[in-house]
Amino acid sequence: MTAIVGNEINIKSLRQQETKERLVMIGLTIPYLLIVILLIIVPIGWLFGTSFVDQDGSFTFKHYIRLVESKAYYRIFITTFEISIFTTLICILIGYPLTYFISQLPRRFANLCMIAVLIPFWTSLLVRTYAWLVLLQRKGLLNNFGIELGLLSEPLPLMHNMTGTLIGMVHIMLPFLILPLYANMRAIDTDYLKAASSMGANQLRAFWTIFFPLSVPGLLAGSLIVFVICLGFYVTPAVLGGGKVIMVSMKIQSNIELFFSWGAASALGVVLLVLTIAILYIASKFVSLDQMSSRG
Amino acid sequence: MASHSEIKEQALRISIQGVTKTYGDFFALNNVSLDIEAGEFLTLLGPSGSGKTTLLMVLAGFIRPNHGQVFFGSEDIVLKPPHLRGVGMVFQNYALFPHMSVEQNVAYPLKLRRKTKDEISQGVQEALDTVKLAGLGNRKIGQLSGGQRQRVALARAIVFKPKVLLMDEPLSALDKKLREEMQIELRRLHDNLAITTVYVTHDQKEALTMSDRIAVINHGILNQLGLPQEIYSNPTNAFIADFIGESTLLPVEVRDSTPRFGESIISVNHDVGSDGSYVLVVRPEKLLLVTDESTAPNRFPCTVEESIFQGESQLLIVRLDAMKSGDKEPYRLNVRIANTSANSAVIPQVGDSICVALEKVDSFIVKQE
Repeated sequence: MTAIVGNEINIKSLRQQETKERLVMIGLTIPYLLIVILLIIVPIGWLFGTSFVDQDGSFTFKHYIRLVESKAYYRIFITTFEISIFTTLICILIGYPLTYFISQLPRRFANLCMIAVLIPFWTSLLVRTYAWLVLLQRKGLLNNFGIELGLLSEPLPLMHNMTGTLIGMVHIMLPFLILPLYANMRAIDTDYLKAASSMGANQLRAFWTIFFPLSVPGLLAGSLIVFVICLGFYVTPAVLGGGKVIMVSMKIQSNIELFFSWGAASALGVVLLVLTIAILYIASKFVSLDQMSSRG
Repeated sequence: MASHSEIKEQALRISIQGVTKTYGDFFALNNVSLDIEAGEFLTLLGPSGSGKTTLLMVLAGFIRPNHGQVFFGSEDIVLKPPHLRGVGMVFQNYALFPHMSVEQNVAYPLKLRRKTKDEISQGVQEALDTVKLAGLGNRKIGQLSGGQRQRVALARAIVFKPKVLLMDEPLSALDKKLREEMQIELRRLHDNLAITTVYVTHDQKEALTMSDRIAVINHGILNQLGLPQEIYSNPTNAFIADFIGESTLLPVEVRDSTPRFGESIISVNHDVGSDGSYVLVVRPEKLLLVTDESTAPNRFPCTVEESIFQGESQLLIVRLDAMKSGDKEPYRLNVRIANTSANSAVIPQVGDSICVALEKVDSFIVKQE
């Protein structure tokens, strides 16, 4: 090894410059760090703390014990997972073919279609949910229409049950699946399909052997986002489920509003958070989390 | 490997007849007719946007022409979908499937043909051997260098023994040295397989190096079809003269069947057509340094403006002393002198007044467009 020989006059100023640049980068992240600490880390710590506190202020495990022992809580978690899984599956069934279709359009038309997907996405959640209420209720638009046309002899029970909740949830969640999937599909080079076809693959074969496998990362990412958001969803199941479909988020709300039991609500929140993180952790073994934030 | 003659018999003659493709008012291909012999290496050469890739895509079946026929052998395949045409194709970006290993990529066309496991692994091995990639079968595509990807793409295109091989600028992504190696190697591979090959490039040197024949395409029109030597020494129009090789075009006037540059008469190696405006095609390496007393025809007294060292040769940019009346800019010529030790003494300096000459055999004119 030869020592570095040369002009050493400016070593110091070069180092200072480097330090300065680093400080600027750290300075830029400070506002975000503050927000994360104040709005995420502190509240979660507080949530965690309250879940171990009894009404009289003493330390207790009773909120967690009740979660494990109570059949009702068990039932609520099952419902939550059922709704999340079904919503995700229906979103895949509707979203995948739609996104495939859009991704194959020329850019201009595809952009129009994506705007059509995004407009409801930008519309207030509450407005959309109440709109479904108008459509789905017993004397709502759908049932009236069906009866007038003679398709139905009596109104279908479309809300205050699982059906209504799922219809609303799928509608709200669909863009979360479509956006990452679309970005992924657009990035698939059309030359891959041409190459497959030049080697003798018909369209169906080329789709299943080339396009589909290459779109799986986007599909997984989109599904994961939908599933995770569903787990903690509140408004839509509350309105369209009409109290018959109870998810964890709604139980948290009623624990606080009806029973003033911050401890029980916090325990539920902690369990939901831990479950969500666990699912994300397991999923991250299969999906690159970068995919989830990609937008077309 | 099967014997050459056996494969040669399988090679297909391709006949393109009156193919036109328009996009709105734009003619991507304008009534192109072209016969490609069985086992030939034919290059479609043209600048970008000339229609050469469009023609290749018509052969592959990815673009349907407005009218015209394409025969593979005696069969008109213009309506046949791409997956039934049985052509091997190498794409510009290689289009290797990123979710498959090298082996799986090369096996793909064999799997589609429902070959047995043994046939597939044997075919893959053979193809990888042919492109000198044996032992890399398990690699992921992302782990390969540009040159290796190019070879995989080639292996995948020939593994099912297609009768026609189409290549769309396959070497354009490689660096110069590797590209020149691959040109020779591709040509050798073609000779071994004797497969009818249509090669698209915008690189005239590549076309000259590799092809049996070159088809020069510009603005969707087939300009000239011929051997590389023909295209180089007898371009049929000013575009080709300019596009192939490095050449300078000097405007000449033909009056009374005699070409003139200004007032000096230019002797050319061919019969001159009707009177009018022409250009004299001057190749830098054909220009000779001569003394003032020389009796050589086509002499141009000039002044050296720049002298550029380019390794194997010295490039001089010279300004012609003679100017046609009314010309504002002086004419300039490029002169290339080999950097041999014998030449080192004669290479002029910047500012020197010299005289360059073009032998009659190297002088030809083409109609101004």
